[in-house]
Amino acid sequence: MVESVFDWADPTTAHLWEAASKEQLVIQQCGACRQYQFYPRPFCLACDSDDIGWVAASGQGTVYSQTTVHLKAAPELGLVTPYVVAVVQLEEGPRLLTNLTGEACRIGSPVQVSWRSRPGQAPVPVFGLATP
Amino acid sequence: MLITGPDREVFISGVAEAPLGEVRDHSELSMIALAAREALADAGLTLRDVDGLFVNYLGEEGTVQVGEYLGIQPSYSDSSDLGGAAFVAFLGHASAALQTGRCRVALIVYASRQRTRATRKLNHWNEKATSPQFEQPYGLPAPMGQFGLLAARHMYEYGTTPEQLASVAVTARQWAGLNPKAWKRDPLTIDDVLESRLICAPLHRLDCCLVTDGGGAIVLTIGDRARDSANTPIRVAGTGESARQWHIPQLPSLEASPGVAAARAALQMAEVGHADIDVFEPYDASTISVLLALEDVGFCARGDAGAFVQEGNLTATGSLPSITSGGGLSYCHPGALGILLVIEAVRQLRGQAGARQVPGATVGLVHGIGGLFSTAATAVLVRG
Repeated sequence: MVESVFDWADPTTAHLWEAASKEQLVIQQCGACRQYQFYPRPFCLACDSDDIGWVAASGQGTVYSQTTVHLKAAPELGLVTPYVVAVVQLEEGPRLLTNLTGEACRIGSPVQVSWRSRPGQAPVPVFGLATP
Repeated sequence: MLITGPDREVFISGVAEAPLGEVRDHSELSMIALAAREALADAGLTLRDVDGLFVNYLGEEGTVQVGEYLGIQPSYSDSSDLGGAAFVAFLGHASAALQTGRCRVALIVYASRQRTRATRKLNHWNEKATSPQFEQPYGLPAPMGQFGLLAARHMYEYGTTPEQLASVAVTARQWAGLNPKAWKRDPLTIDDVLESRLICAPLHRLDCCLVTDGGGAIVLTIGDRARDSANTPIRVAGTGESARQWHIPQLPSLEASPGVAAARAALQMAEVGHADIDVFEPYDASTISVLLALEDVGFCARGDAGAFVQEGNLTATGSLPSITSGGGLSYCHPGALGILLVIEAVRQLRGQAGARQVPGATVGLVHGIGGLFSTAATAVLVRG
């Protein structure tokens, strides 16, 4: 049986993966202090409010850091060595781990989201150099 | 709360390494038994005296399993999982337990055979519910992927160079050449490091620690019991710890590293300044780990650590002799190095470090990190 990301989801993250299955990147925003956060929690990390909602992220961001991995990845990840793992800072502020695809990026490069499909699971957000 | 007074002072009164390198004739538990009994003999004590037990990575209910094996029924047990930093943090935890009378003799032990077993996995990485969703799909090899990201950011913010990173590995190897127990002792050059294959760029294979077997034991006691011990007791003058993040994107900045809070707390408790430190034992999981440790502890301003190492300050003749065993990069890295950092600092402060002895060393600072650059623990150790 293929392990599904939904096996790991909880009521908070399930919404994110449902959106991902439609190739939409969503993040949380606090209704009280307006802070954005990623990954999702059932409360606001900044002000402890319960008034936490979902918004569509613009999908734009910049590369905060990146490393090119020369070790062999687990085959089920669909990554071919060498591949690039990066921390991307979304335009809204939160950072996430991701892969960079396509044309080479540098730290500070503007990037935009795309999606990598996975057999039996929701696709994951990856990033590539933003088209001006 | 600071518990003071001469009868409340805590000392490391015994240390020992377990068999190191490639261990085929022992299990982890028998390695621990050897190290524990040798460390207790070093302190003039036996297993019968131990009533406080501190372990990490030794299985489910680790203190119970190890306690049964050693024949100890501890009145105080601690298996806080702070990764490789745990063993430095245990100096603080054991001090508190000893000072409040929860135990009278504390034993910290560790062993692993990740070389012989051909695994780099300890028991916990990426098994939390968030990691399979938000980290594992991207293939970041822990922990060198995290260190690669930290190194790349350090280079971007401060202009740190690959040569400066490599100089950490070269310095560690120079020290290892003076340590007969070191795994790698042959000379190493900057070019050797830069020509070794890339692992997680910008880190090369020789920017990364060894994978060896090994372990050790530490005995702590309090007050007069410590002063009567068989060997020079080393006082635990200050300790601090901090846990910051599991997933590397959740680290707000390099300046927010967990090492900053841990080191500040330890230095304040010990009431010593940076200039008082004779020997520095940072956790060198990778070359960037040492640059971050120098800046987190405050030996260097942010961004200056690369030049500081390149100028030779960490060598035997430098201003801050560091990584004096050869460290995780060249001496031994049995999955978690923290216990060996403490043992090396104690040997230096006792004047028992042989060819690598830092002359007159009386104050040492041990700085452990753990997890995925997640935790840090610092201890200031003083002779006398």
